[in-house]
Amino acid sequence: MTTALSTTPGGLTTGRSTMTTTPTTARLGKITVRHFDFYYGEAKVLHGIDLDIPERQVTALIGPSGCGKSTFVRSINRMNDIIPEARGEGVIEIDGKNIYAGGTDVVELRRRVGMVFQKSNPFPKSIYDNVAYGLKIGGTRNKRALNDAVEKSLQRAALWEEVKDRLQESALALSGGQQQRLCIARALAVDPEILLMDEPASALDPIATTKIEELIWELKENYTIVIVTHNMQQAARVSDLTAFFMLGKVIEFGDTKKIFMNPREKMTEDYVTGRFG
Amino acid sequence: MGMFSNRRRSSDDGSFRVVTGAFAALVLLAVAGIGFELSRQSMLSIRRFGMSFWTGTTWDPVSGVFGALPFIWGTLYSSILALLIATPIALGIAIFISELSPRFLRQPLSYLTELLAAIPSIVYGLWGIFVLVPIVRKLELSAPDAIRKLALFKGPPLGVGMGTAALILAVMVIPFTSSVAREILKNVPTAQREAAYALGATRWEAIKVAIGYGKSGIIGSIMLGFGRALGETMAVTMVIGNNPQVTASLFAPQYTMAAVIANEFTEAADDLYLNALVEIGLVLFIITIAINALSRLLIWSMEKRSSRPMAIVPLLEEQPAQ
Amino acid sequence: MSYATRRRIISRVAEALCALAVLLALLPLGMILFYVIKEGGSALNLAFFTQMPKPVGEPGGGMANAIVGTLILIGLAALFAVPIGCMCGIHLSEYPATRFSYTVRFAADVLNGVPSIVVGIFAYGLVVLPVKRFSAIAGGVALGILMLPIVVRTTEELLRLVPPGLREGALALGATRSRSVFSVILPAALPGILTGILVALARVAGETAPLLFTAFNNRYWSTNIAQPIASLTVQVFTYAISPYDDWHRQAWAGAFLLVMIILALSISARVAVRRLERMNRV
Repeated sequence: MTTALSTTPGGLTTGRSTMTTTPTTARLGKITVRHFDFYYGEAKVLHGIDLDIPERQVTALIGPSGCGKSTFVRSINRMNDIIPEARGEGVIEIDGKNIYAGGTDVVELRRRVGMVFQKSNPFPKSIYDNVAYGLKIGGTRNKRALNDAVEKSLQRAALWEEVKDRLQESALALSGGQQQRLCIARALAVDPEILLMDEPASALDPIATTKIEELIWELKENYTIVIVTHNMQQAARVSDLTAFFMLGKVIEFGDTKKIFMNPREKMTEDYVTGRFG
Repeated sequence: MGMFSNRRRSSDDGSFRVVTGAFAALVLLAVAGIGFELSRQSMLSIRRFGMSFWTGTTWDPVSGVFGALPFIWGTLYSSILALLIATPIALGIAIFISELSPRFLRQPLSYLTELLAAIPSIVYGLWGIFVLVPIVRKLELSAPDAIRKLALFKGPPLGVGMGTAALILAVMVIPFTSSVAREILKNVPTAQREAAYALGATRWEAIKVAIGYGKSGIIGSIMLGFGRALGETMAVTMVIGNNPQVTASLFAPQYTMAAVIANEFTEAADDLYLNALVEIGLVLFIITIAINALSRLLIWSMEKRSSRPMAIVPLLEEQPAQ
Repeated sequence: MSYATRRRIISRVAEALCALAVLLALLPLGMILFYVIKEGGSALNLAFFTQMPKPVGEPGGGMANAIVGTLILIGLAALFAVPIGCMCGIHLSEYPATRFSYTVRFAADVLNGVPSIVVGIFAYGLVVLPVKRFSAIAGGVALGILMLPIVVRTTEELLRLVPPGLREGALALGATRSRSVFSVILPAALPGILTGILVALARVAGETAPLLFTAFNNRYWSTNIAQPIASLTVQVFTYAISPYDDWHRQAWAGAFLLVMIILALSISARVAVRRLERMNRV
């Protein structure tokens, strides 16, 4: 195993595993990332990312703040497109199709790749209208179909029992944890294949966090999940695979157990044992 | 000693507070004073005519009969027409500047559109008389007969009239609505737009989400424009034709409340006449106060959600440097 | 056509319409400025500034009395509005969260929306009626009331731009509240307050309606503030609705001068604000 090492002016040793990071328990790659760079204007924030994210598994992205994990997850549904002067270069394939190729329909892409944000961001509408939003803009008018989808999504997000009697009430009246599960339900309603979660529990209390984590476990039956977290216990609890990011590079990627118990890289070990970051 | 100096400071603080507060109270007094003075000055007319003042259509100072309906009609009709024209344009501007425009264009465009608010009413009027009226007259003359037969376009093609007034009013109102609406949109959290995009929204659909989030403030901005239109005087009186009549025709010369006060106040020879004019002013005051109060409350309710207070003076608003 | 394509087209069309809205608003702005410059610029000459209005039929003449009148009127307005407005603005910025402050702020915003013609009636009842004479003072009062809310709110907002460290520094040295305001905060905010006054002056310099029956008009030279006085705006109005070409030219010249004054005032206000903000960011 060869590892290219370099030293930054700050004295931190960084490196990028030259191994194309196929995890030991090889599964079908749902998302394939090759030599992906990302820039905000002049500043390069992601450097040659290579990852193979498998289908129907939970992949956690960990690393110190500013390491690029959020930028990376937002690249998978091209959410960064709405930031002026931000651009991605390289290849991110979903089911073998490069989403950064010209002519990609980002609207269609984002229907297939749902996203849940760090801070819950329900629309100031009713619970029902929040969940139905994605379907409505997609052209679903049939009342029955909408009702079914709303119920199914809320059930999948483990929120149905709590809100089934007040679907027409404002979503803003829900608690923080409920709002976040509503946002998950909203993302599920358009029936995505992939669910991106950007620190979905960082603003929640421990009980609400537990609920979200349980939910993630259940959701991976049907969805490919990529979750960004700064909480290593959380990564260890919910994920099958873990990628460790630092200074815009993937330092190590593999089975979560291995990353936490027996990491290959020194830097990974330092991070997961809390020696820096 | 510490205690002593503390007490001195707080008593000094107290008088400072009272003195500056007294000046601040003058602002409250000004609003109350306007209401009081206008009521006092219009008693004669209120007592004499009661409600018939607001339903009568005869305005005859010579025989002392005053019915203000045509003025109310003219004011409401011109303002509503102006609103219909101005609102889509003003919101379009707000959306363009806050959501679509390249960053380097934002500030110049904000400044230019707000320049419309800095141009004095009298200059609008002058431009109206000598530039807009001839253009409108030409348009009216070239309108086919079939259209001229419609109630909306009846009357001689004078150029001056309701339509021209509504056009000028619309232009004057645009900067007020657009600058407030722009601030409202700027304060909508990015997370709202991101939520929409993440669900596969197009750009326009995401903008609609932002508008939905700022709905009450945007309604407030529209009402603010409406309040402006109701009280606008000089430009309107110069192009509307000043003829009190209740008609739907856009070609017909009509009259507004503010315009009749401007034109007849110094001619009002007897007390009843003057009181009748002041009563029109009183009602204009009450309507605009109500509309402004409501629009402010709506805009403030949006402001509370965001940290940044909004300026009332459009020319002072700055885009925060990024 | 698929639904997705339709959505994309709708989005594009809506975006284009928003851009069109900007052009639609800039069109009248461009037209107005063009005509004011073309008609007014060509009618403007030295006589316009130095001579009195000529009787109908005699060509030439100027608006010397109206120019001076406008200056006197906005001077009077500032005299009434600036002390009250600044003190009020200071109060609002020093005690921002009291119920009283919220009420005053609300009243200022509401007052800002009261039609100027209504304020004219108020000034008429307050000043003209008791002495039964139109006067520059009455006009100044009307304009002063119109200035007041702008001075209040801009003073408040710009005082808030003063870095909190300055105030804390003064208080820490044992200065009383009034000392800290008048010796530290106010001087630091002075450019800001002047800005507020400039913006307010720019607004009232263009007012016509409230002057019609307060300052009225005066064909002759007058600097007596107890007498009716001419103003640029009322003079432009009188000339604009007259049937004489020569007066129309004068009206355009007056409009040109008005627009230039207002642009100068508001641009200098803007420059001052920007400088102030830059100062604070450092």
